[in-house]
Amino acid sequence: MLSYIGRRASHSIISVLGLLALVFFLTRLTGDPSSLFLPLDSTLEARQAFARLHGFDQPIHWQFLNYLRDLVSLDFGQSVRQNRSAMEIALEAFPQTLKLAFVAMALAIALAIVAGSIAATRPGGFFDRIVSLVSLTGASAPDFWIAIVGILVFAVSFDLLPTSGTGSLAHWIMPVFVLALRPFGLLVQVVRGTMLSALSAPYIKTARAKGLRRKEIIFGHALRNSLLPVITVAGDLTAGLVNGAVIVETVFGWPGIGKLMIDAIILRDFAVVQSTILVTATAIFVLNICIDLLYAVLDPRIRY
Amino acid sequence: MTALISDITVSPRTGKLRTIWNCLKRDKLALAAVIFLLLLVIATLAGPPLIGDLATKLGLRQRNLAPFSFQHDWIYFLGADTLGRPIIARLVVGAQNTLGIAFAAVLCSMLTGGILGLIAGYSERWYSQIIQRLADVVMSFPSLLLALIVLYTLGPSITNLVIVLAFTRMPIYLRTTRAEVLELRERMFVSAAISMGASPLRIVVRHIAPLVLPTLLTIAALDFATVILAESSLSFLGLGIQPPDFTWGAMVANGRGYLANAWWISFWPGLVILLTTLSLNLLSSWARTFADPQQRWRLQSLRKTPR
Repeated sequence: MLSYIGRRASHSIISVLGLLALVFFLTRLTGDPSSLFLPLDSTLEARQAFARLHGFDQPIHWQFLNYLRDLVSLDFGQSVRQNRSAMEIALEAFPQTLKLAFVAMALAIALAIVAGSIAATRPGGFFDRIVSLVSLTGASAPDFWIAIVGILVFAVSFDLLPTSGTGSLAHWIMPVFVLALRPFGLLVQVVRGTMLSALSAPYIKTARAKGLRRKEIIFGHALRNSLLPVITVAGDLTAGLVNGAVIVETVFGWPGIGKLMIDAIILRDFAVVQSTILVTATAIFVLNICIDLLYAVLDPRIRY
Repeated sequence: MTALISDITVSPRTGKLRTIWNCLKRDKLALAAVIFLLLLVIATLAGPPLIGDLATKLGLRQRNLAPFSFQHDWIYFLGADTLGRPIIARLVVGAQNTLGIAFAAVLCSMLTGGILGLIAGYSERWYSQIIQRLADVVMSFPSLLLALIVLYTLGPSITNLVIVLAFTRMPIYLRTTRAEVLELRERMFVSAAISMGASPLRIVVRHIAPLVLPTLLTIAALDFATVILAESSLSFLGLGIQPPDFTWGAMVANGRGYLANAWWISFWPGLVILLTTLSLNLLSSWARTFADPQQRWRLQSLRKTPR
């Protein structure tokens, strides 16, 4: 088990390094870094001083080694705009995204399991058709548009919910629902599919024959066995949830890491961009390892 | 039951089309999706030459014109934007950009992913490993963030947008191709070709690639909706297409500031995105059922599916 975690962790570190190298070389190869790293309105003297200070006059492999050395000593650079450690800013925003993503994902999984199981008990029935259509719509809807329509209806027209910001419980409703929509749509289809095949398995007949109630059969027997693929897909979707978080945070002004990244990109605050990449990448790799370990807990046949 | 038998007995050429049409008729949603997509393609091809000029024509009197008014030309039926440009004309021109970019990106990712997959599957040299690790890195990171970073460094333009979208979708084709090649290269006809003295390049191009292509085309069809959504998100965030060019995603972004007094500016383009991706997904799920011999009866039987 421990050796498995170690192996996975080392693979993840290689992937993170690969990603950072990709970003590093992309930014260096596409022209003068000081024009990229510094705000657009900085002077020529500032640019030259910046280039000397950060060693852009050196050969590119030296620059990369220096960059790695800084990383090892946990120096992630300063934010040009806020004049403090870029990593500090990224770590400040990260919990906000984590909270939002966690609530949205929990909601999506719970709703998908209930809706998908009920739909699978009567395939082709009325509820099944409704659930299929809703889930397909959820999976294909552009989330930024759903967010805007949500604001239009609930904030502008009826004045029920705040348009943006954080604070009260009401601020959570729209971001969570918009973020949960796509994972919900995709998960319902997975739950429905696996439940359909689980419900036609012989052990369900046995359960029915020994006189168990419908609810017990569906949730106690069929669902438990079809949970594994659901966890797999949910894990993949959680990583993809970062995509949605960027959009949702931008539209609803949620102070998370997605909004931070977009703002940093627009303000050309490169150290912050790089720190947010590092934080998100690390979080995703940790998440992937956790999901693999969760398999072993859920399915005793799997051992590492 | 009679319908089922008559489907089987008609002559094979026209029979196949007939079967498709009969199955499509039974599934009203899939039929609606096909009709919508056909209309969209027609509008995209025929629209810009006809009403493309109107998309950039400013009209001071039609500024923020509300939809569904019959006082003006039919072109203003869905309203006009802040500069008085008719939404319908802009939707048609936006469709050309949106679908064009998505098509180019899907084609690029299919070609590069397919070629790299063929290499990674057939050769066991060091670069095969590098290609796979690269795919892992791209796969393991959220596609939108990756696209944002690359667009940030390369600068937003249509070409870069296509490159970025192709780059983030490429691993899917690469992995599928590689998996298929690994299986195909053990087959008898490959051994036969090797013993006849065919070069690796010839084997891959002439014997393996044609067999992988159908799978890739299926994935490409499925991927089209995803790419449209990705492009719209990027354009919405302002890192996709740049003015004066625009796509549906950029149109939604433009209207965002006028939600309170002109909701239609960002509502319609978003709705068209939704309808397009929904139609593509409906159609592909229908096609999946249709292509599966064990499931096809669901589309052929007249009665509702029994328990």
